Parts: sequence; C-alpha cells; structure tokens
Amino acid sequence: MNIDWAALGEVFGVTLVVTVALVGLFTLGIVGTARKPGASATAGGAGALARTGAYAAFALCAAAVGYGISLIVG
Amino acid sequence: MEHITLLIGIVIVTALVFDFTNGFHDTANAMATTISTGALRPKVAVAMSAVLNLVGAFLSVEVAATISKGIVDESGIRPEIIFAGLVGAIVWNLLTWLAGLPSSSSHALFGGLIGATVASVGTGAVHGEAVVMKVLIPAVAAPIVAGLATVLATRLTYRLARNTDPEASATGYRAGQIASAALVSLAHGTNDAQKTMGVITLALVSGGVIAPHSDPPMWVIVSAGLAIALGTYLGGWRIIRTLGKGLADIQPAQGFAAQTGAAVTILASSHIGFALSTTQVCSGAVMGAGMGRKGGVVRWSTAGRMVAAWGLTLPAAGLVGAGAALLADQGDWGVTAVAVLALGACGAIWAASRRKPVDSSNVNEAEAGEPAGVVTAAIQAVAPPPAGALHQDAPATSPVAPAPAATAAPAATTA
Repeated sequence: MNIDWAALGEVFGVTLVVTVALVGLFTLGIVGTARKPGASATAGGAGALARTGAYAAFALCAAAVGYGISLIVG
Repeated sequence: MEHITLLIGIVIVTALVFDFTNGFHDTANAMATTISTGALRPKVAVAMSAVLNLVGAFLSVEVAATISKGIVDESGIRPEIIFAGLVGAIVWNLLTWLAGLPSSSSHALFGGLIGATVASVGTGAVHGEAVVMKVLIPAVAAPIVAGLATVLATRLTYRLARNTDPEASATGYRAGQIASAALVSLAHGTNDAQKTMGVITLALVSGGVIAPHSDPPMWVIVSAGLAIALGTYLGGWRIIRTLGKGLADIQPAQGFAAQTGAAVTILASSHIGFALSTTQVCSGAVMGAGMGRKGGVVRWSTAGRMVAAWGLTLPAAGLVGAGAALLADQGDWGVTAVAVLALGACGAIWAASRRKPVDSSNVNEAEAGEPAGVVTAAIQAVAPPPAGALHQDAPATSPVAPAPAATAAPAATTA
C-alpha cells in the first residue's frame, strides 16, 4: 500500500491557506464598502481609502474565481 | 449505430438514468446553503446549477476514458456487469435521497460496479489497493480538510466583520456565495457528467460498437450533459434541506465560508491530483461552518446518520449490484428481470417519497422532530425578509430563466 501522503498534505495546506485568504479578503471588501454609522460626517479621505482597498480585495477575489474556472476548463 | 444491440441500448438508458440521479442527488452540494441563506430563490438556484452542469459537461472529456479508475479490471467487463453495477448505484442513490442523506454518487457507482464484478467474475478482478486509495482515503480526508478550512475561515470572517451591521454585510456574503456555488456546479458538471460518458463509452467498447480507447461520441456527451442537468434542475430537495437546514444553522457569512471552502477544496484536490469526493467535501464544509460561529449549532444526530450512509454506500450498492449481476448472468430473461425489479424498486421509493413530499416550497422548513430545527423555522418566519435579496435575485433570473425549458425538451427525446 503506497499512500501519497505528500499530495494529501499539499491539498490540505493549499486548501487551508487559499480558503482563509479568500474569505478574509472578501470580508475586508465587505467591511470596507459597508456604510458605517456616523462615518459620513468624518473626513472623506479615510473613507475613500477604505473603499479603494475594498475594491482591490473584491478584484483579487474575482481573479481567484477566474483562476478557478481556468482550472476547471484546463 | 445499427450495431447497437438491445442490451447495449438498455445499458445506455440505465447509465443516463444513473446520470440523472447523480445530478438530482448532488444539487445539494452546490446549492443547499445558497438556498437556505436566501442568496438565491430555490428554483433560480437549481436552474443556475443545471445550466452550469450542462456547460461543465462540454468543457472536457479528459477523464471520461478512465471511468472505473483501475478499480475493476476493464478488460473482461461485459455489458451485463455494467448494467448490474448501474442498477446497484441507482437504487442506493434513490434510497439515500428518500432518507434525505447526502452520499457520494461516485461511491455508489464504484460500489455497484465492484459488487457486480465480484459476483460475475470473482474477487480477482477488483483491485483492492485502488479501492483504498481512490475511495476510502479521499472519503475520510475530504470532510476533515474542507471542515477545518471552513472552521478557520468562518472564525476569521466573523472576527473581521464584528463591527459591521450584519444586515448590511449579508448582501455581500450572499453575492460571494453565488460565485462559489457556481464554481462548485461547474466542477461537478465536468467531473460527474464525464463518469456517465465513460460508462456509456465503456459499454459501446465492450459491445464492439466503437474502437477501444476512443473518445466518447458527441451524442454521448450531449445526452450525458442533458441528463445530469435535468436531474439537477428537478432538484433533490430532501438532500438540499438536510444540508442547508438540517445539519447546521447557516447564516450568510457561514454559507459563504462553507461554499468557498468547498470550492477551494474541490479545485485544489483535483488540480494537485488527489481527488476528494465532492459530497463529503461539501458536507464537511457545512459542519465546519456550523462549528466556526460562536453559538453555532451542528446537529450531530443528523451528521451521524449521514456518516453511517457514507460508510454503507459502497457495500450496499455493491450488494445490490452483485445480486443484479447474478440474475443478469442467467441470460435474456435475467436481464429483463433485473430491469423490471429495478423499475419496481424506483417506483416504490418514489411512492414512499410522496407521503411526505419535499419540494421548492418547503425546502427551507426544518425537519419535523428536530426541536432546534423547529425554533429555527419559527424565527425565520418571524424575521423580516433580508435586505437586498430582492434586487439581487432580479438580475440572476433573466439569464437563467429560459434554461429549464431548453434542457427539459431535448432530454425528453433522448431518455
């Protein structure tokens, strides 16, 4: 019996890292775009920065979905 | 195609029926939590999944040639054995559907083929090591890998979003969930429709209709894709309810973490070359999401029944397959008897399911007899509808809506 522990370990590691990274990124996007109570009155600069970061996070997630589709097709 | 004998024709029809139950059974994997969190309305969700399964079927024919993955010796396989194995897989798929338990359609297919081969040829034609490597280890590893990744992802997302209004963030989570579910559906179509294409090709090769090692003919690809899409669209609502509501209480953030964990696990495992069972991955991810939230609930009695079904899938489908093979080996009347008995069993299971029907209208109601589930259902009924759900559904409906009619009509002519 020759169990491929290396491949199984790799699947485990990659899954763990990619899942947590993607969910984290997407959550940052959600938090960045969510309207915070009382935030409208404060400086617009910080809000714009947060929103830019959020869109960057969403863009990375979209890129990951694109990569996923390319894996399925290829 | 004038060389297709009646027996080969029966095998092809049976393979398409299996393909149908496969789609039917596995809709839950992609769509259960999408439906239970309200990200998509039930009918829209299954329609989207069906279209993506159909698209997935056309994307690649790479694995169709290696259907049994070396588990049984393909050289001596006869159409009767394939037929008996398929009957075992179909009967077990329908029984687990009646019980509302998510179990692997691939394991049912392997079990049926193994049982039929053992009964007809002997144990020598089954490669025990391949069974352990391709079936047992992936089945044990899948829920652990997907579950752990989802637990961590769920914890992280609740921590990061702890200062955000849950009502506002739910819209975003639901959108993300749809993307993850789409990936799972597409991957499912590519993988599972190909299994049926492989079985039909194997039957055609064994009957001498096409040359060995040839790619599946186009009509095989089209009919397999349509059968799995039709099964997906009709939806195994019982299993969707178990996975979306019965196993754990899933909020949008958890649903998103579970779907993403499942999609990543499936893609990573198939890409690295250690394929994990989709059903076990998705169930593990849902349990992980249940455990990851503070105060989250996992119903271990349901989980226990589900794991028991996983363990039983291979031997049970194998027993049915073996019995069917012994009968089918008796000649034409044996094959006819198996077909009649299989039809009778399917009819009986369907009749039993009508006593307590589950469909798109009551899929989000928790099962009766589970006290925690009743509370969940009551809270859901009282709670206001999720903000943003309506305008989110609207764009999703338009591209998908024509699909059911399009898939249903040609499938009726091929079946």
